[in-house]
Parts: sequence; C-alpha cells; structure tokens
Amino acid sequence: METLITILTGVLVSVATYLILSRSLIRVVLGTAILSHAAHLLIMTMGGLKTGGVPIQGEEIDGSFVDALPQALILTSIVISFAVTAMSLVLAYRTYQATGTDKLNEMRGIKHE
Amino acid sequence: MNNLIVMPMAIPVLAGILLIFLRPYVKAQRWISFLVMIANIGISVYLLSWIQADGIQRLDFGDWQPPFGILFVADSFSVILVLTTSIVTAICLLYAFSSVGKSYENMFFYSFVNFLVAGVNGSFLTGDLFNLYVCFEVMLLASYVLIALGGRKVQLRESMKYLVINILSSWFFLVAIAYLYGTVGTLNMAHLSERIAESGQTPLLTVISIVFLTVFALKSGLLLYFWLPGSYSVPATAVSALFGALLTKVGIYVMIRTFTLLFYHEQQITHLLIGILAGLTLIGGSIGAIAYKDIRKIVAYNVIIAVGFILVGLAVATPEALEGSIYYLMHDMIVKALLFLLAGTMIVVTGETRIDNMSGLIRNYPLFGWIFFIVMLSLAGVPPLSGFIGKVLVGQGAVNSGSYILLALAFISSIFVLYSLLRVFLNCFWGETIISEEDETPMKRGWIIPCVLLAAGTVLLGLAAEPLAIYVQDAANTLMNPQIYIDAVLND
Repeated sequence: METLITILTGVLVSVATYLILSRSLIRVVLGTAILSHAAHLLIMTMGGLKTGGVPIQGEEIDGSFVDALPQALILTSIVISFAVTAMSLVLAYRTYQATGTDKLNEMRGIKHE
Repeated sequence: MNNLIVMPMAIPVLAGILLIFLRPYVKAQRWISFLVMIANIGISVYLLSWIQADGIQRLDFGDWQPPFGILFVADSFSVILVLTTSIVTAICLLYAFSSVGKSYENMFFYSFVNFLVAGVNGSFLTGDLFNLYVCFEVMLLASYVLIALGGRKVQLRESMKYLVINILSSWFFLVAIAYLYGTVGTLNMAHLSERIAESGQTPLLTVISIVFLTVFALKSGLLLYFWLPGSYSVPATAVSALFGALLTKVGIYVMIRTFTLLFYHEQQITHLLIGILAGLTLIGGSIGAIAYKDIRKIVAYNVIIAVGFILVGLAVATPEALEGSIYYLMHDMIVKALLFLLAGTMIVVTGETRIDNMSGLIRNYPLFGWIFFIVMLSLAGVPPLSGFIGKVLVGQGAVNSGSYILLALAFISSIFVLYSLLRVFLNCFWGETIISEEDETPMKRGWIIPCVLLAAGTVLLGLAAEPLAIYVQDAANTLMNPQIYIDAVLND
C-alpha cells in the first residue's frame, strides 16, 4: 500500500513540475495546487498507512493503534493549500485582466506606468 | 498558565478581523492597528523582564502536555524579535497613515498588516515545527495580498512570481516536515532536539536538515534571493519597508533556531554549508548593490547583504558570534525599515527612481538628507550607531573560530554597503538642486516623523547596547545550550 501511494506521489510531483514549468498562468496555478496535494499524500504515507485500530481510548483493540497525527497535519495543510490556491486563482485572474494575457513570456518587460 | 505569550499573535488576528467590519471608518482602522502595536510593545517588554526573572516561559494550548499538544515558547531570542517587530510595525504604520492613500486603506490594508504581524509573531513564538509552517503561511498569505494591493501591472506580475516561489518553498517545508516526522516521530521542537541528540544525528537526519536549509534559504533570501529585489521594489513604500524589515528576518530566525536547537551535531557539514551560502550571498548582494542605478534595487540588495552577514554569525556558531547576529538582527530590522522609507520618500518627492536623475535633495530637505547620512553610517557600522556592536561581535566570533574567509567577506561587504549608499548620497543629496523652491513637494510631517523615530531608534540601540546586553546574552546562551530550552519545555 505504501509503495502504491509513494508512486502516486511521485507521479503527482512530476505532473505538477510539468505544469509549473509551462508558460500559461492558469497551468502554473493548477500545478501548484497538485504539488501541495502530493505533499499531503507524502505526510500521510510517512506516518504509516492503516496498520492498526482507530486511535480512540476505551475501544477494545488488540494490537496497535493508527497514528492520528498525520491526519491532523494534512487536514490543516489542506485548508491552507485551499486558501493559497484560491488566492493564486484570484491573482492569476486579476493579472490576466490587467495585462490582457495569461502567457508568462508576454508579461516580460512590463514597466512601471 | 501564562496566556500572555499568545497575545502578540492573538491581538493582531482579532484586530485584523475587527477591522474588516470597520471598512468605511479609516480613522478608526488607523488608530486600532496602531494601538495594537503599542499593546504588543508593552506585552513583549513585560515578557522580556519576566523571562529574565523566571526563565523560559511556555503556554500549552488546551493544557496538553508538551510532546503531545502544540505550544508557544517564549525565550529571550524570540521575545526580542517580537519587540523589534512591534516597534518597527508601529512606526511603518505611522508612515502609512500619510502615504498609502484611500484606495489602499479602503481595501483592508490595515487588516492585512495585522495578519502579517500575527504570522511573524507566531513564527517567532511557536515551539512546534508544524505550527511554524502554519504561522509562515499566515504571514505569506498576508504578504501576497500586500504586494498585489494597488493592482498595477508590474505589481501583479511580481506578486505572481513571489506567490509561486513561496508555494514551492512551502512545499519543500512540508516535505521536510514529513520526512522528519517519519524519521523521529515527533514535531515538538524540544522533543525533536532530544530525539535527534539521542540518535546522534544520523546521515538521514543531516540530509533532512539540508532540505530545511533549502527552505529557509529560499524564505530568507540566503543565496536563493533571485525573487527578492523584484517583489520588494513594487509595493507601496510602507509595505516594502515592512517586508524589508520583517519577512526575511523570520526565515533567518527559524534558520538560527533549527540549526542551534535541532541540527547542531554535524557542524562540519551543515554549518560549513551555511557558511559557504552566506559567503556567496555577501558576494552576490555586494555586486547587486553597486550594479543598479534604480534606488529600489540598491536598497533591496542591501537586504540581501544583511542576510549574508547575520548568517555568518550562525555559521561561526560561537557565543559571541550569535550575540552579534542577534544584535545585528535587531539593528537590521530598524535600519532596513528606515532605508526603505527614505528610498520611497525620495521617489515620491522627485518622481524619479534612477539615482542619476536626482540631485541636491539635501538643499530642499536638510533633515531628510541628514537622516540618510545617519542610516548610511549605521549600516556601515560606525561606532555610536547600532550596526557597530553586531559587526564587532560577529567579527570577534569569526576570529576566535578561525574562519578568516568569512570574516574578510563580511567586512568587505560592509565597504560595499557603504559605497553603494555613499553613491546614492553623493548623487541624490549632494550637488546642484534640480528642484526649485516653487516646484518643491512639501515634506509632510507624516513622512519625516517616522524616519526621525527610526533614526532615533538606531542611535538608541547603539547607545543602549550595554543595558540590552543582559537580554542578548541570555538569548545567545539559550541558543548555545539547547538543554535549557528542552528543560523548560519538557522537564518542568
């Protein structure tokens, strides 16, 4: 299971890298969103995938508990990445409105008006 | 429980939320945000004396005992920086009152300044690595907005670059946190320090520490500073002064914290790397500072030189050098804010950004010119002013540990700082004035008073080095002996 998720993380990172290196603003934004989701999967995997019972005190469980912390971490991190993605989408839209292009190479050389 | 520790973060957050509802009432927004900063100054002064009396203080949120819950830890180092942040922000706000204009003030400018300060103070005070990431993001989200506020094309372009580069570095931060958690199974900084010490910092942990180094190098502009001059030169003057004073300093703070508290076992690898990066930063920053004729670029490259200089102190890692770094951090926050304010004011009064097109400003604005002169001396490290003591201590540390190359680079870079600013001074302030008495833009009191206050700050910091020494020594002592921090958090 861990191997599968690790490979998935790698695929997501490579997709994100491809998108971030492209010259279209909206693709860069999508790339950053995918990149942060790859990080979330990585945190999840580093804590160990489901290897025991639910971590609730008082439940009858033989053996080990699942580590609950990575879930708490990615929950926070997902919220942050949503906020950042929303912010970057708005910013990309405003940039498109102001400059009339979403091609990054056409934005070079904009001086102070 | 000392709930006071969370206040430097909590008050600005609450005030920022409150100010969203006070959108039409600009006067109220101004005074509330100014009073918040004054309150923060009071709280941090109180905290500082309290820490001297009772040792490091901590606040466990929800009363969860340290390795399990998240917590805030206030030691001298973090509280000194919180205090300086509050002072600098209060003065930058004073400048903003008369310079940013209605269009900014109605678009939640003060709210976002408050959020920015909340993020900065949170990063200084937190004792948990993931919480640090969260505070960083709070600060960065506010800074994205502040760069883009105003909506000029160039601002939007630069903020887009700034945003993408920071998302990337935050991604590396998360990856490093994930690896560290997978390796040692905790994120509480004191607990991490203990576990890393138990394992004797295995090669795997050293690699993770270098991933952390990459992250903080990107955030603080250590060698990876290519994004910095662009994004610091486009926003409104008060905003770029805040950025120049605060944002890179948070990265530096975290770097000093992690490499003295967590990864201090393999100094011949990590600290050597920091030393090399700091040296290259000093060279690159010096070249940049003299290469440009755009005053905003010159000022931005001066930020980069200071980053290199402070991290020379960390690379050397002797008690004197760390004391010097802490002094220099305080000095740099005050003086960089002042330098950005002066540069912004020069652009406003002349309508030019290139230093070739300005001349003889000291005839029109004598006080303004002399303040620039003081800043120049202070940055170069002339004795009664605040840059001196930091430079001496960092130099002393470098001599004691025999890092002569770093020592040479650090002091040669000071000459470059002096040269780059002297060139601005000679070009813009000396010579024949090009502004006649009638065309002269009157210097507003709201522009000159913050500059006078900051200039007084740099003089006072230089003169008060002796009374401040107790706090700085305590901070350096805590950094040099991680056991003090661990005991305060875990073994109480």
